[in-house]
Amino acid sequence: MRWHPLEAAFWLATLLPFVLAPSYLSLASQIAITALFALSLDLILGYAGLVSLGHAAYFGVGAYAAGLLSKYLFGEPLTGLAVSGLAAGGVGYLSSHVIVRFRHLALIMLTLGFGLLLFEAANSASALTGGADGLQGVAISPLLGFKFDLYGRTAYAYSLAVLFLCFLVCRRLIHSPLGLALRGIRENALRMPAIGAPSLAHLRMAYTVAAVMAGVAGALLTQTTSTVSLEVLSFGRSADVLVILILGGAGRLYGGILGAILYMVARDQLSDMNPQYWYFWIGLLLVAVVMFLPNGILGGASALYPKRQ
Amino acid sequence: MLSTRNVNKAFGSLIVASDITLEVPRGARHALIGPNGAGKTTLINLITGMLEPDSGAIVVGGEDVTSLKPEARVRRGLARTFQINALFPRLTALESVALAVLEREGRAHNWWRALPAFGPAIDEAHAILASLHIPAQKETRELAYGQQRLLEIALALATRPRILLLDEPAAGVPKDESQQLFTAIAGLSGELTVLFIEHDMDVVFRFASRIHVMVGGRILVEGTPAEIARDERVREVYLGRSHRAAA
Repeated sequence: MRWHPLEAAFWLATLLPFVLAPSYLSLASQIAITALFALSLDLILGYAGLVSLGHAAYFGVGAYAAGLLSKYLFGEPLTGLAVSGLAAGGVGYLSSHVIVRFRHLALIMLTLGFGLLLFEAANSASALTGGADGLQGVAISPLLGFKFDLYGRTAYAYSLAVLFLCFLVCRRLIHSPLGLALRGIRENALRMPAIGAPSLAHLRMAYTVAAVMAGVAGALLTQTTSTVSLEVLSFGRSADVLVILILGGAGRLYGGILGAILYMVARDQLSDMNPQYWYFWIGLLLVAVVMFLPNGILGGASALYPKRQ
Repeated sequence: MLSTRNVNKAFGSLIVASDITLEVPRGARHALIGPNGAGKTTLINLITGMLEPDSGAIVVGGEDVTSLKPEARVRRGLARTFQINALFPRLTALESVALAVLEREGRAHNWWRALPAFGPAIDEAHAILASLHIPAQKETRELAYGQQRLLEIALALATRPRILLLDEPAAGVPKDESQQLFTAIAGLSGELTVLFIEHDMDVVFRFASRIHVMVGGRILVEGTPAEIARDERVREVYLGRSHRAAA
């Protein structure tokens, strides 16, 4: 699939913070991590049409896996990232056997319930996870010789590189036969068996890939901040990432990234002004977007241009 | 090639299929007719596995497929079309048919190679669409209604069926436009076994070598078009009104 010039421009622009906003690199790193998390949700929501209110489960598994690995086994970040992604993928694969069988309200309740379950499990297993106090003793080694500095230079470079690699994987996936099959399921799930499609197996595969990426995002957060708090598994995180994806535009790869940038920058700015009520503005923005741009900001923007073909 | 053996199905006290036994030999063209609510589409759903019979067996090419899921039956060569379009509105015709081809080849789970790498599958999809004169690059929802009906058939053909079940292929198509559809159906390979539901008696008598008449969830009678045209019971319950009207 050929790259659009705007795509190239966008990825080049992600390097600008190094030059233009060196004091905001930690924020930029958080944005890249959130963007990756939203991208993973886009795979199942935007392409396969599975709504989830518990996607933080896989983010949290990845975050805790990375923290525990560094505390008890080794602090090398790249291996840690891979192992954490696989751990989240394992949980994703197991849970997918139940989750992808359901749709609509049942699916929302199921993912919500699964997320709450993991949250409370981590909360009560405080001997392992540190419970509400968070995991202490996370020790990440330098990344290929680069220390994770206070300015977040290594953190942003690392997060951005991982985001870009995962983006390439997603881009390939949506242009693959499986990507086409997922769109088929989204368009008409009932027709799929009549063309011989094992829809549930397709959905399990997509769900597992999405869980791996969510886990990688969680592991990145642990590694770049050297802490794991219970918040990584929280309902709030699941809800935020859904809001981010809807704001940006689901089903278009860049929607989650754009949403993450807007959401995180807005939160950073608004919470400086008014720390308690910043969700008011997010709520207002969400209502406005859903009412006037049902396909998200990116969907609205792309409607302004003539269709490709 | 296709047979049902004593198939029964009831929804509560409503019997929708009662002791249905029929046999469609290889390469034959059989029609399934009957008044609305006779259970024709229900029978198709039972044969394809979208409904599970309470008792009885569905046999495809000598193999009992009664316990198989719909998608597994498709892989054994049993394809169907839908009376009400069941398509993929925002996929192009080409994407839809290519998807069916890739599913048949068992390659639709591939997520690490881009679609252009699957040239033969895409070429095959192009060929199927061209043979039915369907524009390949248009989104399904932008196709004319008649073309959407053809795409129903294209999707079924992409699974390379041995048996094709057509549920009112021309439903909703004006009579003067349905010609193209039936030309396409007439042009199907002689190897293919076809069972079709159709209300237009001209079409039924032109295409079917045998006719099964369903009434109230049962097969009332089965025979050649000539036998069916003569059958008193059929006239009474089904053809009666229209024949009298025509007379």
